[in-house]
Amino acid sequence: MKNRLLWPLIALAALLVLNLVVTPSFFALRIQDGHLYGGLVDVLKNGAPTLLIALGMTLVIATRGIDLSVGAVAAIAGAVTCVHIGTSGDAGTAFAGMAIALVLCAVLGLWNGFLVAGLGIQPIVATLVLMTAGRGVAMLVTEGQIITVNNDPFRQVGAGFLILPISILISLAVLGLVALATRKTALGMLIEAVGVNPEASRLAGVRSRTIIWTVYVFAAVCAGIAGLMISSNVSAADANNAGLWIEMDAILAVVIGGTSLAGGRYSLTGTLLGALIIQTLTTTVYTIGVAPEVTLVFKAIVVITVCLVQAPKARAALSFRSRKVAVS
Amino acid sequence: MTESPPPVVEMRGISLAFPGVKALQDVDFRLFPGEVHALMGENGAGKSTLIKTLTGVHTPDSGSVLLAGDAVAFSSPGEAQQAGISTVYQEVNLCANLTVAENILLGREPRKFGGIDFRAMRAKAAEVLARIGVHIDPASVLESHPIAVQQLVAIARAIAVDCRVLVLDEPTSSLDAGEVAELFRIMRVLRDEGVAILFVSHFLDQIYEISDRMTVLRNGALVGEHLTAEMDRRALISAMIGRELGTLEAIEDASERRDASGPVLVHAEGLGRRGAIAPFDLDIRAGEVVGLAGLLGSGRTEMARLLFGADKADSGRLLVDGTPLHLRGPRSAIAAGIAFCSEDRKGEGLVADLSIRDNLVLAMQAARGWSRPVPRKVKDSLVEKYLAALDIRPANPDALVRTLSGGNQQKVLLARWLVTEPRLLILDEPTRGIDIGAKAQIQQLVTNLAAEGTAVLFISAELEEVVRIADRIVVLRDRHKIAELDGGASIDEVVGLIAGEQVAERTAS
Repeated sequence: MKNRLLWPLIALAALLVLNLVVTPSFFALRIQDGHLYGGLVDVLKNGAPTLLIALGMTLVIATRGIDLSVGAVAAIAGAVTCVHIGTSGDAGTAFAGMAIALVLCAVLGLWNGFLVAGLGIQPIVATLVLMTAGRGVAMLVTEGQIITVNNDPFRQVGAGFLILPISILISLAVLGLVALATRKTALGMLIEAVGVNPEASRLAGVRSRTIIWTVYVFAAVCAGIAGLMISSNVSAADANNAGLWIEMDAILAVVIGGTSLAGGRYSLTGTLLGALIIQTLTTTVYTIGVAPEVTLVFKAIVVITVCLVQAPKARAALSFRSRKVAVS
Repeated sequence: MTESPPPVVEMRGISLAFPGVKALQDVDFRLFPGEVHALMGENGAGKSTLIKTLTGVHTPDSGSVLLAGDAVAFSSPGEAQQAGISTVYQEVNLCANLTVAENILLGREPRKFGGIDFRAMRAKAAEVLARIGVHIDPASVLESHPIAVQQLVAIARAIAVDCRVLVLDEPTSSLDAGEVAELFRIMRVLRDEGVAILFVSHFLDQIYEISDRMTVLRNGALVGEHLTAEMDRRALISAMIGRELGTLEAIEDASERRDASGPVLVHAEGLGRRGAIAPFDLDIRAGEVVGLAGLLGSGRTEMARLLFGADKADSGRLLVDGTPLHLRGPRSAIAAGIAFCSEDRKGEGLVADLSIRDNLVLAMQAARGWSRPVPRKVKDSLVEKYLAALDIRPANPDALVRTLSGGNQQKVLLARWLVTEPRLLILDEPTRGIDIGAKAQIQQLVTNLAAEGTAVLFISAELEEVVRIADRIVVLRDRHKIAELDGGASIDEVVGLIAGEQVAERTAS
């Protein structure tokens, strides 16, 4: 386990060092109005939605699944909340809107779970349905407009501070809850068992379907909360662009964190590191002034490097070479 | 067998360690051209590891491999094959949806104008098949043939290249007697052509029938190399397990002394499933061992799966303690105290990437639900108890099950069900592919369980084992239950029934 987390840790450290060299002020923290500001805080704040979605994705991937619909679900959550809030400024309306949005997300998770566990459709296809249709639903909800709101309680979710950004506090709280829920109960072990060998788990009496269903609902709720953060941060719901491609970032975060796409053993700490790497990378691109045209290429190079050093074959080749050098 | 030709393969001082396990320690091995060489040892003795070291799957930590006198170091099975070492594994590793010819020449298809020359491919395949005397259409799809023929195709694939060494890792475990004879005929043809054959099997009869020489391993170390003709069975068994065997006799005694007249625990009435097994009646009493005998495909496994609810019955009903049990799936069977060890350990039994501890408590945990984890203390004491009781090695609860040998995996699977304290334990081929020592331990365990009042349904392809261990034998043929014999039945009687002779006088009503 420690070994699996070593490379993500090194990658994260390397990115941070790079930032320190290029922009020495990156690590500077200052307190203003009781809020913490600085490059690192930005990373945490902007990385909160990705981390949240990656947490849900980790459990889905551990059951041999994948959820492509999280970005669309995030957009729906933002749209529903903003439409419900409308021009209201009071906290009650904001909380009601968020509650409705999250319940709706849970229903969408049930739908994904039904397709995967109930009908036995391949997860990548099953969730592709909602990935494409979900944006349409969000468009319907917002009637094709970008809905802006002016509601301070809602704004706190994505842009507020409690010394640290509230969004990262929420994400870390969810991380803590998931860690407790999976490692203090038997849920984690059963999820891994289902992921490694679904048929053997069924014959051992594990409720495989219920477990698969549960992780899809959890992933959708995580996506919903992330959608609230994204929408709250800009006080607007954008059905087209909110959470766009975030499923890719989340999947990358999970994979970089050492959880195999083939299912089975997973690491929440790894996912946390993965999400931080992805976000630091995005921030780095801006701070070191990579031209916007090549941003994606730069990101891709870093991700490929991290994946390569994690791949057993590449690692074998590396260690083979170092052994050879040692001999000669 | 004279020793005049130099060995085609020579392995010297091979050592290999996996994390926590010394798999091979300073093992020497020789293989001569034109001989069948049996590699003998219990599960976990290092047979597979030695083979994988030879075929380039593993790289030894120390020691050298010489092929025809030259030192070689293969880094992949492909390289080994290019050098003339071909391997056929226990499970057929072919593409079922391709044709026989495509399978035989996969990866080395004859080319023409940049495409595959299918005509030449079929001709070449037919030639290879003819060499080993197998007459099937090279253009037919592989999965249209029975497993035994697929196995022969796998051998054809192995010898289609210039093959000096042929490794057969338990090729006979899923074949019937006639098919084994056919395989042996082919092995003799190849041997006479000068191919060196390395053969692994758990069936001693087969070893003595086909092999010329044997190497015995125990616990990763070399015990000795012998000419088969000079090694009698008793000596071989002692060499393999390192102790004298008294266990088998003890089991026989116990089966005779056992009282199998307890109350009926499970009663099946016209239970059946179309295409799997015809409706059957069956009583299983507490404290009784019921053996299921029949050929492969006779419906043994299908019957077991219906009783466990792994497949849904479409006729009949099942009563436990006289109460009808509606089987909606394995969970309801488990709740009624029924446990099922599948014959397919890897596919349907164990969760390979989890630890021994997790595998051991999986069924118990599943029954409790995710929200009530088995307390750590209970877990540890259970694990400790069963590691010791079943002699599971390595005795490290955190070892991943995938790293264990077949016999130890089987014991972990058994232990998983024993912790649930089942009232009926269904064992489908629990002793297949495992060594004599572990086999005796498992048979002993079954006897002990029955003595304590557990009902056991025991399925095995080895009739001798069924006859010895069971109080009652249910005979299946062509997916029908055809007879029930009492425990005193002889193997001949059972064989007669399976073969379709009318021996009905002794059938119990």
